[in-house]
Amino acid sequence: MDNITRRKFIRMGAQGVALATIPAIFRINPAMAFSPGLSESSDLDDYMRHFGVDRDLIRKTMGLALENGGDYCDLFFQHSSSSYVALEDDIVNRSYTNVDFGVGIRVVKGDQTGYSFTEEITPEAMKLAAKTAASISAGTAPGTIASLALYPTPDYYPIKTKWEDVGIDQRIPAVNRINAAMHAADKRVIKTSVSFSDNNSYIMVATSDGRIACDYQPMLRVSGYCTAEQDGKRESNGFDLAGRRGIEFVTNESLDRIGSEAVNRTVNLFDAVMPEAGEMPVVLAAGSSGILLHEAIGHGMEADFNRKGTSIFADKIGKPVAEKFVSIVDNGKNANVRGSINIDDEGQDSQETYLVRDGILESYLHDRISAKFYGVKPTGSGRRQSFRFAPIPRMRNTYMTDGPHEVKEIIGNVKKGIFVSQFTNGQVDIGAGDFTFYVKSGNLIEDGKITKPIKDINLIGNGPNCLKKVTMVANDMAMAEGGWTCGKGGQGVPVSMGLPTILVSSITVGGIS
Amino acid sequence: MDTKGRLELAHWVAKTARAVGAADAAVDIYRSRSVEVEFRDGQLDLVKESTQNSLNIDVYVDDRFSGHSTNDLRRDSLGSFIKKAVAMTKYLGKDVFRKLPDPKYYKDIKAIDLKLVDDSYDSVEAAQRVKMARNLQELTAGKSDKIISSTAGYYDGDNESIKVHSNGFEGITQSTVFSVGVQVTIDDGNGGRPTDWDYATTRFLSNIPDAETQAQAAVDRVVAKVGQAKIESGQMDMVVVNRAAGNPLYALYGPMGGRALQQKRSFLEGKLGEKIASDQLTVIDDPFIERGLGSRHYNGEGMAARKRTLIEKGVLKEFLIDCYYGRKLGVDPTGGSTSNVIFTYGDKSLDDLIAGVSKGILVTSFIGGNTNGTTGDFSWGLIGMLIEDGKIVKPVNEMNISGNLEGLWGNLVAVGNDPYLYSSLRRPSFHFKDVQFAGL
Repeated sequence: MDNITRRKFIRMGAQGVALATIPAIFRINPAMAFSPGLSESSDLDDYMRHFGVDRDLIRKTMGLALENGGDYCDLFFQHSSSSYVALEDDIVNRSYTNVDFGVGIRVVKGDQTGYSFTEEITPEAMKLAAKTAASISAGTAPGTIASLALYPTPDYYPIKTKWEDVGIDQRIPAVNRINAAMHAADKRVIKTSVSFSDNNSYIMVATSDGRIACDYQPMLRVSGYCTAEQDGKRESNGFDLAGRRGIEFVTNESLDRIGSEAVNRTVNLFDAVMPEAGEMPVVLAAGSSGILLHEAIGHGMEADFNRKGTSIFADKIGKPVAEKFVSIVDNGKNANVRGSINIDDEGQDSQETYLVRDGILESYLHDRISAKFYGVKPTGSGRRQSFRFAPIPRMRNTYMTDGPHEVKEIIGNVKKGIFVSQFTNGQVDIGAGDFTFYVKSGNLIEDGKITKPIKDINLIGNGPNCLKKVTMVANDMAMAEGGWTCGKGGQGVPVSMGLPTILVSSITVGGIS
Repeated sequence: MDTKGRLELAHWVAKTARAVGAADAAVDIYRSRSVEVEFRDGQLDLVKESTQNSLNIDVYVDDRFSGHSTNDLRRDSLGSFIKKAVAMTKYLGKDVFRKLPDPKYYKDIKAIDLKLVDDSYDSVEAAQRVKMARNLQELTAGKSDKIISSTAGYYDGDNESIKVHSNGFEGITQSTVFSVGVQVTIDDGNGGRPTDWDYATTRFLSNIPDAETQAQAAVDRVVAKVGQAKIESGQMDMVVVNRAAGNPLYALYGPMGGRALQQKRSFLEGKLGEKIASDQLTVIDDPFIERGLGSRHYNGEGMAARKRTLIEKGVLKEFLIDCYYGRKLGVDPTGGSTSNVIFTYGDKSLDDLIAGVSKGILVTSFIGGNTNGTTGDFSWGLIGMLIEDGKIVKPVNEMNISGNLEGLWGNLVAVGNDPYLYSSLRRPSFHFKDVQFAGL
């Protein structure tokens, strides 16, 4: 396809708008070798050797970065490799791989940022990048550098075999099995496609306040997609599973489930109708409905928008924003979940952060700059897409904790409304608080019962207003299983989300009248 | 490494791939240098500068195919990279449709200067970039006492793309790009902090609008949002301002593509030569516009670029089919992607279009939503203004529109005279009738 996709480095406005979306499947990807390999038990020296640096070079580079009086600097080393294997027309007929390697150098002065990166980790290239980043500060007295100490990294996503040690011959049977499951599930299926993508990322962060931390970050996403035909009508839909997982997660059961779910979700659309247009009660199913939280509150709680005064939540900390039974968490520590991180990309501890506790707005999501601005501890939310970007506050896994109601009770409570369960994408306008999310499938609720399927409608609401309208919360919290990627400021990072079944008493539903 | 060195490297990579067992190879090497500056609320907020390289190789081995990219351009690393790429391809299934393009499509590349490089790029200095961002931010901040925050940004980039195919294609494209704009947030007095922006992206620095114009446009847009609220659901006219009109157009791109057609995921299948929109809509793909953001001599597959009509007076004239899906579909490839997309523009300004609406909504931006390309059904969120009796009455938000793309484009009443020049999609403002809005 077009190479333009590789070069979208230009930010064309609309920076206040943040997106969460399942990415189109193109050349994400790969795996090849750089010098000495790292193992699960690698220590700091292995990471240093892998990136071809030592403490002396790191210290010298920091010295250059801070020579104009910057307050703080960090070096972010990354080696990432990914693989993508796909099937179309019943043949595993394409594979893409990608290798990415480099170091980003950041200098912070107050809340100002100087940034540069280099894809060649050599003393000369690092010197140049450090001097460029240093230009954010115009002073003469050099900033201070503490001596580097290794910071221990926990492991919230243990896996058995790293993806670089898994051959393509192990991925191909999985892809074929999903395809067979889709064809076996329903005769109406006329086209299928399957993709299997995985990624290894090694990172090492060194900070001028003396911390050095390393992490190995695996990722897996497997997806099935199909088109079915009935009486001349066609529909397409799919299903995917994703997480910080190893190949041991790829079992016959999980593969068959991807196949059968993809088909069920497609053929159900033949009977689907569009609901009426306008405001109505909406019941959100447990799981990926957590996209509501991601858009309605999560982005607005990222502290960069708040320190700049551009978030609708900028003056609401400590204030009631929802019913007492509503608590919302952003957590980086959920085992093997897609948005989990052992450390953030500034080398800070991962954390379970309460955005809302018992209905009260409790904490923003901080990176170093905003934590310093507000005089609080970082929340481990400083994340970046790669070494090419400075870290900014980001969500990890955002979900609501269980509430006091039963699912039956919630659905029984709705006379006329909709039940929504599958989503493709969402978006929010941080300042105005308007947020949307797109419903791929769900059902009508009539007189307290789930009835006809619905499809292809957008929901739109206002974050703070919508939180107040969460009137019932069940006790069946589930995390999303699929591969969500959140976009902000031109950077995509993997996230997840979750929700128990909840009732939002009123929200505007796209539809017909 | 200079351009010559990179071109030699691309040939070496293609040759090496063939030496280790590939029947054919396509190699792309990209290099880009960019600088970004942001000035926020009276101080420099961000300076970012970098140069990056990447190399992509597609290998064709015994009717099998895979693609690989890396940013490590050292020859010894690339040697083992290519070997592994070819070795792993042998595990994949045979796909006889996957080949390099027929070299006949490489011919007829026009030797014209598309003016994609601004020679003044090299003379732009660091202080000038900061000054431009600062000036724009300060002008913006002075325009309203409701402003909470404003950030102005300056970006420039210098890009090079080299393409070599083992069956005879060689191409080098160089271009510059500049992007300057401002984002502004105000206090609406009611708990909301609406934000809007004005950004322009151009090939030449001299085509960036002056700072006063950008500052005023951004502030006017955001101030107009104060008091926005949803209104009753219903069928009304819709005017979409050019800047926001990408949504309904981009929604057609997927279903017009070879992949969607071959995979039976396109509501446009079988509709070549048929009406899919009203007479008002004529869409042309023109790669030869001087300084155009989408201008090119050849496309991503190396096929010679050509000007073509995609939709003529509502009739679908051409699909977007690349070589691979063309072979699978048994049709000639038309080129899988668009370059600059232009229209047969009308004679009405945006104000004229608004004046022609008795009751409707002016959409100033879409937010979220999606399209089902298999059926053509869509549903999008929007922000805009209520129009009554040809006049803008009040701001609206938190509303959706839903329908089917054929129905929407069939109801296109008028096309504006105002192409949006800061995108390769040079869309005008559009006026549609009978659109289904969801609000209260």
